[in-house]
Amino acid sequence: MVGITSYGAYIPLHRLSRDEICKAWGENPLGGERAVANYDEDSITMAVAASRDCIKGIDTQAIDGLYFASTTSPYKEKQATPIVAGALDLRRDIFAADFSNSLRSGTEAVRAAIDAINGNSAKSVLVCAADVRLGFPHGDKELSCGDGAGALLLGNTGVIATLEGSYTVTDEIIDVWRSDKDIFTRSWEERFGREEGYTKVVPEAVFSALKKYDLTPKDFSKAVFYAPDARTLNMAARKLGFDIKTQVQDPLYNTVGNTGTALSLMLLVAALEEAKPKDRILWVSYSDGCDVYILRVTKEIENVRDRRGIKGHLTSKRMLSSYQKYLRWREILPVEPPARPPLEQPSVPALWRDRKGGLALYGVKCKRCGTPQYPAQRVCIKCQAKDEFEDYRFADKKGVVFTFSQDNLAVAMDPPSSCAAIDFEGGGRIMCDITDRDPQEIKVGMPVEMTFRKLHYVGNFYNYWWKCQPIRC
Amino acid sequence: MESIKDKVAIVGMGCTKFGESWEMSPTDLIVEAAYEAYEDAGIRPEDVQAAWFGTLWTAEAGVLLAQALKLQYKPVTRVENFCATGSDTLRNACYAVAAGVYDIVLALGMEKLKDSGYSGLPSNKLAVTNTQRDRTLTPPSAYAMMATRYFAKYGLSPEEGKKLLAQIAVKNHHNGTLSPKAHFQMEVTLEQVMNAPIIAWPLGLFDCCGVSDGAAAAIITRADMAKNFRPDPIYIKALQICVGPMEGFISTEYDYTHVEETYRCGLAAYAEAGIKNPLQEISLAQVHDCFTITELTIYEDLQFSPRGRAREDIEAGTFALNGKLPVNSDGGLKCFGHPVGATGLRQMYEDYKQLQGKAGLRQIKNPKLALTHNFGGCPGAAVISTLIVGL
Repeated sequence: MVGITSYGAYIPLHRLSRDEICKAWGENPLGGERAVANYDEDSITMAVAASRDCIKGIDTQAIDGLYFASTTSPYKEKQATPIVAGALDLRRDIFAADFSNSLRSGTEAVRAAIDAINGNSAKSVLVCAADVRLGFPHGDKELSCGDGAGALLLGNTGVIATLEGSYTVTDEIIDVWRSDKDIFTRSWEERFGREEGYTKVVPEAVFSALKKYDLTPKDFSKAVFYAPDARTLNMAARKLGFDIKTQVQDPLYNTVGNTGTALSLMLLVAALEEAKPKDRILWVSYSDGCDVYILRVTKEIENVRDRRGIKGHLTSKRMLSSYQKYLRWREILPVEPPARPPLEQPSVPALWRDRKGGLALYGVKCKRCGTPQYPAQRVCIKCQAKDEFEDYRFADKKGVVFTFSQDNLAVAMDPPSSCAAIDFEGGGRIMCDITDRDPQEIKVGMPVEMTFRKLHYVGNFYNYWWKCQPIRC
Repeated sequence: MESIKDKVAIVGMGCTKFGESWEMSPTDLIVEAAYEAYEDAGIRPEDVQAAWFGTLWTAEAGVLLAQALKLQYKPVTRVENFCATGSDTLRNACYAVAAGVYDIVLALGMEKLKDSGYSGLPSNKLAVTNTQRDRTLTPPSAYAMMATRYFAKYGLSPEEGKKLLAQIAVKNHHNGTLSPKAHFQMEVTLEQVMNAPIIAWPLGLFDCCGVSDGAAAAIITRADMAKNFRPDPIYIKALQICVGPMEGFISTEYDYTHVEETYRCGLAAYAEAGIKNPLQEISLAQVHDCFTITELTIYEDLQFSPRGRAREDIEAGTFALNGKLPVNSDGGLKCFGHPVGATGLRQMYEDYKQLQGKAGLRQIKNPKLALTHNFGGCPGAAVISTLIVGL
């Protein structure tokens, strides 16, 4: 029996009201809101967040493969998976691959994971998908897109939803795209995309799947569809015979937005959060073709109810103060350069030496006096013992703010720049930035958790590290 | 280990006006400070046998000093130790004389900060690592961490805390009005300080020292030769540096309400100088008021005030110019700004002039022992200097 063994998701803290966007352009208010990744987030950091949710409490050393799916990877040439694997502290000898360029990449990666397990080259594979897609200012995608991530663990033991069947078609059409010369996603006339694309190809694939497995819509508790918008989704659902009110998974358009490659995984997570044993779920993803999966929920689903998933992240939110802030965070608008020295480029060999410490947040614990310390030291800060350490990971430890400050002078995308001395449960202290916070809420003694973020882009490569944030949910 | 006490003496000093010296190049600053020192010591430039040159950002190696002054093929060492650079420059020069290797040496500190075009200091780097994995902050923020924790520990409300700090700024600004070489020579009121724009809470504009250019220099000789130069040489009593192992960044034992390096440096300096009761025996002190909170904790760490009770002394005026132990009698970093390489020597210039009775309107009655203190780095990872001089 192969299928899903765990799930996780991530929605950024900040939401931008669509009315704010409409007001900026003098358009009529549309209502709803979209999720906006912070300036220190990207598809890699969000994939890490969703993955951490997914593999909470699971032995990271038991994972044999990692697939990362996105149309907005920070690199065009350089794999994202080693960075994600580093942050998650996975083994070195795993099969890791990036799946890119399609909004279907997440479900394609799931198929590859299933095939790997069925082919005996892996027992447990983690698939994570994330996107930060940009729509042209004053365009429809700026309103409809959202940022987010989903993660699924596939395996053959402790399966919470078995794979009963699958079907796929590949389809060449230039309906929605972004070339290597573009920053913003483009689309051809919407009617063409809907009529010859989605509402033709999805029914083709789903009808074929239902026929292959001798099933009808009424055999399903839930139908989870990636779709670009509500109108297209409803047309296809009706054509297929699924009830929009009782069967079709709420696509989160008005609360999160279209999260691109991540959406199909995030919507499945939302469905699994509510699912009961024996539920049959149809899972459909579209872009350059269509993937169809038929899943059957097992009683093991009851063991995976403590994930933050969609529900947990949905209600934990802060409204972005203005549309301009979104433009600033996505670096769509050039701004006055600050009268401060430019950031220094990190040394790549130094980053390479610091992979375990910087990416996985490993420090050490002195074997002689028991003091945890970060970063890893050669000589103990407390008893001065030399090289008598064991590895000690801080990433999942809870901390409190010992003291903090908020800098109005430092160059910051979300001023003031908040930073703190964090003291950890079990010992040890780390000095770091505080992100995803209301500056007014920070107090001495405030509990925090660690979060993996994009620190800088200097020298044309990304430097990742950890920050702390108030407990998210 | 031996004490440096009474082994060497300063017989000449020079100091430029500190400020936004657009028209002065690094060479101009060096020449002005050095030649005032030569004249004050009554020596010729060629009498200098070796030189120590303190600068953090303006130059590397000793070439600029030798080129500016046309030192004729003499030994020159560039010294740097964050904000303790100026003091450590003096310290190293003193050790060479105490070793008996040289008789007459020059210690000069200089910094040209206003050529950078930036707000604040021309470097973002507070970390020791070239991974750049660090906090995003400027120096005010690093010190604000100490203010926040100090207020929390000693039960000061935000308003009480800000008012306490503001009194230090008001005191130093007043002293600056009597200090012709200071950058800022203006009074400020408590309200002005408390209501100034916030840089990093609770530190506002007037809680932070400015960015300036400047240079200062000293001529040092052996104690037994000092009276050949002048009747009133100033003798070195203690030269102490204390560098912490960055404990504050990785150990929960550091409490962010005091600076361990200052405390231990003070202990070592008092021991070296034979001082048993600093509050009674020290006549005046120039301390590192890069921020008002820094000066507040220095009072406790140098044992001028009991731990946690600096507030009582601040409010009683203990450290005012007419108080029991005047601190920053020339207006401090607050009024001079902080051209890093020069600051330690500028502080020594004030102590030197005060001890010789040449401090004009700022003159303190019968000073005997004077102290300088510098704070490089930030709370949790400090480089501290404490020097003591006297008649």
